[in-house]
Amino acid sequence: MKNLLILGAGTSGTMMANHLISKLPKKEWSITVIDQFKTHYYQPGFLFLPFDIYTTKQVKKKGEKFIPKGANYIQKKIELIQPDENKVILEGGRVLDYDILIVATGTKIAPGEIEGMDGPMWYKNIFDFYTYEGAKALRNKLREWEGGKLVVHITEMPIKCPVAPLEFAFLADSYFKNKGMRDKVDITYVTPLGGAFTKPKATEALHHLLEEKGIKEVTDFNIERVDYENNKIIDYAETEVEYDLLVTVPTNMGDELMERSGMGDDLNYIPTDKATLQTKDHENIFAIGDATNLPASKAGSVAHFEAEILTENILRYIKGEPLKAEFDGHANCFIETGNGKALLIDFNYTHEPVEGTFPLPGIGPLKLLKESRTNHMGKMAFRWIYWNMLIKGRHIPFVSTNMTEKGKHFETVEK
Amino acid sequence: MIKTFCKTQVEVKVSEDGYLEDMSQWNEEIAHEIAGELGIELTDKHFEVINYLREKTEAKEALTIRKVGKSGIVSIKELYQLFPKGPLKFSSKIAGIPKPTSCI
Ligand SMILES: Cc1cc2nc3c(=O)[nH]c(=O)nc-3n(C[C@H](O)[C@H](O)[C@H](O)COP(=O)(O)OP(=O)(O)OC[C@H]3O[C@@H](n4cnc5c(N)ncnc54)[C@H](O)[C@@H]3O)c2cc1C
Repeated sequence: MKNLLILGAGTSGTMMANHLISKLPKKEWSITVIDQFKTHYYQPGFLFLPFDIYTTKQVKKKGEKFIPKGANYIQKKIELIQPDENKVILEGGRVLDYDILIVATGTKIAPGEIEGMDGPMWYKNIFDFYTYEGAKALRNKLREWEGGKLVVHITEMPIKCPVAPLEFAFLADSYFKNKGMRDKVDITYVTPLGGAFTKPKATEALHHLLEEKGIKEVTDFNIERVDYENNKIIDYAETEVEYDLLVTVPTNMGDELMERSGMGDDLNYIPTDKATLQTKDHENIFAIGDATNLPASKAGSVAHFEAEILTENILRYIKGEPLKAEFDGHANCFIETGNGKALLIDFNYTHEPVEGTFPLPGIGPLKLLKESRTNHMGKMAFRWIYWNMLIKGRHIPFVSTNMTEKGKHFETVEK
Repeated sequence: MIKTFCKTQVEVKVSEDGYLEDMSQWNEEIAHEIAGELGIELTDKHFEVINYLREKTEAKEALTIRKVGKSGIVSIKELYQLFPKGPLKFSSKIAGIPKPTSCI
């Protein structure tokens, strides 16, 4: 019997287990999935939780429910990977041998990287919304907040779902409008980037929206520390931004497991071939999703496209065939813009976000880079799709793994 | 775009926002001249950073402020002092390497 281990039962790990269970012969392969937590969180929902749009129940479910029958599930913290011996050690000392390893341990916030961030004011007037705890604490704060300076802030790139902080700013604008207190709230968006987003084309569209909603922008801001006594964030160039309520996206880092195992880069991401998803240092170790160092967005939709290619490559690897070098960095995300509208963007390693229609060329119904209600419905439908199709590894109709160029207006990124 | 550096009278290819397109066309004279345009006077410390950036670019490693801060050559704070207003952008421009992208 051979062993395939999947580390992490988040979006990617769960998807891989569901894909592989029907593809690997049961008599020859045993599949085991390991995660430290009992709960599987719907992380895109963390954006809506602070504004009371989603309830806590809508964003969490028992993880084991989504692991296919026939795969083993172990709920334990992973202590160490020993790649030269093909072994994984769990907390408590249990040792698991593997023939093939899939690393899907994701990325998480590391507020401790910035002085003063997770000090005494953490979850008092400094919050994140990238964790369940943070999003929930922020919801409770917003329910009673009487207004003042709201600063929405990104610490450093890369972060998962790079549009989420912008969406947070847009949703905050509508939230306070609906509460009839928009005039009491001053919203500022602070980013280390030179503009609202990483891709120039989308930056233009988003900049325009920020202006329209009266949200100020501070760009090229590289935070050095949080002066929590005086409610200011200060950057390396000594620029200061004052806040009454700071909503920050702290540095994102891969799990410390990578550092302990000597397998990560300076942010604990695992060096991975960007087209095949095989890790650079070990041929029987593959990586997927947020845990990799790929120059693609860290998003569930990206992991979904990766999973189809990785499944095929694992089958090829087992047969001793050359791997398919196919992943093109395809990402598509809805950008919630408030007031029941959203934008949709679609891009990959080489193509900028484009205008056009999705998923059917020329028809849509979703419009790329344009605000619309249908796009918002798409974003809301994503939660259902996530729990019922995506992580179960079911194919989503009309959406192809590699980006299609039909029905879109292109601009290629210069290399 | 072609740019002629007046002191050295060399012609190099640069991008729209003034980054060298071919890092092999770079030399120290050019570095001094670009730095001058940005209001920076280069010291040995600047060149330590510049050489580090060039080495990493040759090795095809992506550069971030964090990475330079952990290089052992300068802290992030010192990087800002050396290249005020553009720790990575200005240093990259002077080092003759492409504009840093935070790709995602
Ligand atoms: C606020 C927010 C909004 C988002 N919005 C969107 C969106 O609209 N669209 C979209 O596509 N994506 C969105 N995302 C991103 C998406 O949630 C992630 O990209 C996706 O979950 C990545 O999946 P993953 O499996 O790689 O990592 P994760 O789902 O994070 O899973 C990693 C798992 O590994 C486990 N693990 C890690 N280390 C260990 C260890 N040492 N021992 C045991 N277990 C371990 C963790 O417990 C976790 O369950 C959003 C994310 C956030 C935070």
